[in-house]
Amino acid sequence: MATLDSKIPEGPIKDKWTNHKNNINLVNPANKRLIDVIVVGTGLAGGAAAASLAEMGYNVKSFCYQDSPRRAHSIAAQGGINAAKNYQNDGDSTYRLFYDTVKGGDYRSREANVYRLAEVSANIIDQCVAQGVPFARDYGGLLDNRSFGGVLVSRTFYAKGQTGQQLLLGAYSALSRQIGKGKVKMYGRHEMLDVVIVDGKARGIIARNMVTGEIQSHSAHAVVVATGGYGNVFFLSTNAMGSNVTAAWKIHKKGAYFANPCYTQIHPTCIPRSGDHQSKLTLMSESLRNDGRIWVPKKMEDVLAIREGKLKPTQIKDEDRDYYLERRYPAFGNLVPRDVASRAAKERCDAGYGVNATGEAVYLDFKSAIFRYGTEKALVEGIENPSAAKIQELGKAVIEAKYGNLFQMYYKITDDNPYESPMMIYPAVHYTMGGIWVDYNLMTTIPGCYAAGEANFSDHGANRLGASALMQGLADGYFVLPYTIGDYLANEIRTGEISTDLPEFKAAKKEVEDRIAKMMNIKGTKSVDYFHKRLGKVMWDKVGMARNVQGLTEAMAEIRAIRDEFWSDLRIPGTADSLNPELEKAGRVADFLELGELFAKDALERRESCGGHFREDSVEVGGEQEGEALRDDVNFKHVSAWEWTGDPATSILHKEDLKFDNIELKQRSYK
Amino acid sequence: MAEKFIDITLKIWRQKDAKSAGKMVDYPMKKVSTDSSFLEMLDLLNEDLVNKGEEPVAFDHDCREGICGMCSLFINGEAHGPDRGVTTCQLHMRMFKNGETITIEPFRANAFPLIKDLVTDRGSFDRIIQKGGFVSVNTSGNTQDANALPIPKVDADNAFDAATCIGCGACVATCKNASAMLFVSAKVSQLALLPQGKVEATERVLNMVHQMDMEGFGNCTNTGACEVECPKGISLDNIARMNREYLKASIIAE
Ligand SMILES: Cc1cc2nc3c(=O)[nH]c(=O)nc-3n(C[C@H](O)[C@H](O)[C@H](O)COP(=O)(O)OP(=O)(O)OC[C@H]3O[C@@H](n4cnc5c(N)ncnc54)[C@H](O)[C@@H]3O)c2cc1C
Ligand code: SF4
Ligand code: FES
Repeated sequence: MATLDSKIPEGPIKDKWTNHKNNINLVNPANKRLIDVIVVGTGLAGGAAAASLAEMGYNVKSFCYQDSPRRAHSIAAQGGINAAKNYQNDGDSTYRLFYDTVKGGDYRSREANVYRLAEVSANIIDQCVAQGVPFARDYGGLLDNRSFGGVLVSRTFYAKGQTGQQLLLGAYSALSRQIGKGKVKMYGRHEMLDVVIVDGKARGIIARNMVTGEIQSHSAHAVVVATGGYGNVFFLSTNAMGSNVTAAWKIHKKGAYFANPCYTQIHPTCIPRSGDHQSKLTLMSESLRNDGRIWVPKKMEDVLAIREGKLKPTQIKDEDRDYYLERRYPAFGNLVPRDVASRAAKERCDAGYGVNATGEAVYLDFKSAIFRYGTEKALVEGIENPSAAKIQELGKAVIEAKYGNLFQMYYKITDDNPYESPMMIYPAVHYTMGGIWVDYNLMTTIPGCYAAGEANFSDHGANRLGASALMQGLADGYFVLPYTIGDYLANEIRTGEISTDLPEFKAAKKEVEDRIAKMMNIKGTKSVDYFHKRLGKVMWDKVGMARNVQGLTEAMAEIRAIRDEFWSDLRIPGTADSLNPELEKAGRVADFLELGELFAKDALERRESCGGHFREDSVEVGGEQEGEALRDDVNFKHVSAWEWTGDPATSILHKEDLKFDNIELKQRSYK
Repeated sequence: MAEKFIDITLKIWRQKDAKSAGKMVDYPMKKVSTDSSFLEMLDLLNEDLVNKGEEPVAFDHDCREGICGMCSLFINGEAHGPDRGVTTCQLHMRMFKNGETITIEPFRANAFPLIKDLVTDRGSFDRIIQKGGFVSVNTSGNTQDANALPIPKVDADNAFDAATCIGCGACVATCKNASAMLFVSAKVSQLALLPQGKVEATERVLNMVHQMDMEGFGNCTNTGACEVECPKGISLDNIARMNREYLKASIIAE
């Protein structure tokens, strides 16, 4: 049994990272040429890591399942990236970013990791600007900031609603530069299907060329998995269609512990689902909550009239609207953290106040903001006694400059104009805080195997604050992993090239080939999507925003049953030796069907509410906080790291106790 | 908007692999929700085909929110279909009429060899970027403070607009010469507009244009079709800017 040694450096929190960097082993530049590193994933974490490692002199092989590394799902991030620059002079600091992130994560993350993240955050912005990332600027030519959910300072850097795209294209350009120099060999349309372990160390991967179907062996002295999150276990999420848990799950099954699988973020502002044809959900950036006010009607008769199309939301008077976040959380109002905002929307909709046909939608309204900005602008432009229409026009222009692309996106999907009528939104699965357990060096419990970005569990505890995933991805990729990996690789300089003829490679390759053959040969009657949708429904209904013992127990059994059916009744047309999207999906869903069960088991085991994990049997009773989530620090102040045994139901739980030396544990209150 | 249902006939390009010959195949579809997206409509078709034991239609897609640039269908003779300012994945069925016949083909160009059905290989775009679509700065993080160098808001905004290109290739597919000028000029412009990118502007434009020619993209004859079909509204101004940069660079190079 591997022991959970988090390898947190000694010393005061402020000095840990600096001291650690001073003490870890370095690889001499001449020796780096002798060392190969595989990086799976080209998102912010993987792309940045591959580029940095190549720059340092290692030979890098980089993999992604899309045709081009530029298309990793980081591209879809909208709102922004945090950094403790304090350009706005509003009292921000490394400590405050650290504190906000630990508190936002509901005290379920590791202090040392989060502090390091806050510490390197400022470098990220410097780095990106140097690369030509066109962040938003003010008229003085300096960088602009916005504030983001759950915090009281403006520390979020952004590029309209396309921050992820611009950051990823920055990392992609750094990666492309190294590909051009021959330091990175790029494998697009390749999917990692297993890790190869030799003498207890990660020594390579097995990948499938998705165009030819060829199963390939690739060797290296270390393997980095930066393959993103597993939100698609819910079928519907804001993730890309191809987002998957496969790479993470394969290393899990070969010895990497999986931490806190049940920590999922359900994002409050997504476009509600419209029908059974729905294939994915679209996020409306949280930045909209800075200016939008969330409400449902106060009166049930208004709700019904709206659903029947007899009443328009714009016709409901202010006093008949229930701005429920402002009502329940006066201190934070519409800016409460995501988990709180999502549950509040669910509470209103469960009570019957949902405003669309499915009863699962609330309003996000820009009327007040348009008025406020319009009035301000009229004043600035010296327009005396502006007409209501003029104020509207000016206000809309400000809103358009800030969120134009989001409004357009909303319009294209719903055919509704959000400048005129409030948006409808509902929570959707968005991000997974859980992931592969890693130590301070980002190494998994398999020596030589690392996990970075959303794929690891490291920095966000039980809930992630807005604009901090991009920060973590780039921190891991540019500034943490390239250094910490040297500590391990320094002992590999005499290893020499690793042969893919080793029996371990042959065995792993055969295992992958056999599994594909097995799937192709089921020749049943149901499509992959049929099973994926069923899994998603169980997950959403019983392992979603509110969880209880009965639901979770049922979910485990139901998922197991779907898995059995999958392996006996799946149909994949076509062949395995050509481009075959059904086969690709089948491999991913097979893994989701195992992860889903472990996910429910983890949620069952954690008998407290924390962050995105809300247990109905762990809530405040009485007082001002009545009904709010109740954490249990006596029994659950730990990371749950699961060891694979061959069956998710019998996975073994290992606990890493979390120590809080710098921050006092408190129940979160946004009242 | 009230949900409606329409019946349509799809004519889809089917081709087993790069070597085989392809042909258009008809697929009638009944009761398609006008609220569904174009790709969700294709999901339905594929679900049907799988249930019948036939091979589904292969097409590229991933984010399904108009930002990754993976989706790439040529619909009724237009890259990304009849709507404006959208990618294929953002196209909705409310753009089509009951009884309509819809033709679906891949993005065709010599520099985008076909892989299967509607899937092509756009690796040529990546290779162009590898020749200079970057600022040569290491990722140490030890650069100067991000605010040490103010950048006029107009330049920053213009650079941003150019930088929103998603690398989908609609501009190429729609151009009768299969020219990649809009794509290449967007990157050249973004970096030329920023002080960080100016330093290498000369080399960059020469190298990227050279690679573009090597990949077999055609010449630009200023038809402007690319700008019309570009889902991100990348402007022809970028091509003009790149031509200026190229001219300047050629003179210096000589
Ligand atoms: C719609 C949306 C909006 C968001 N907005 C924000 C925001 O405003 N601010 C913020 O901080 N965060 C935001 N997030 C979260 C953030 O974008 C992600 O957490 C982050 O980008 C993940 O980066 P990554 O590098 O870990 O993974 P990804 O970018 O998801 O990359 C995964 C990579 O792994 C590859 N891959 C996966 N599986 C395999 C396999 N088996 N074989 C080979 N390759 C594989 C993929 O090809 C891809 O290259 C948002 C997320 C979404 C979905
Ligand atoms: S310029 Fe427009 S059409 Fe061409 S690749 Fe970029 S986004 Fe696509
Ligand atoms: S699927 Fe990503 S842009 Fe269409």
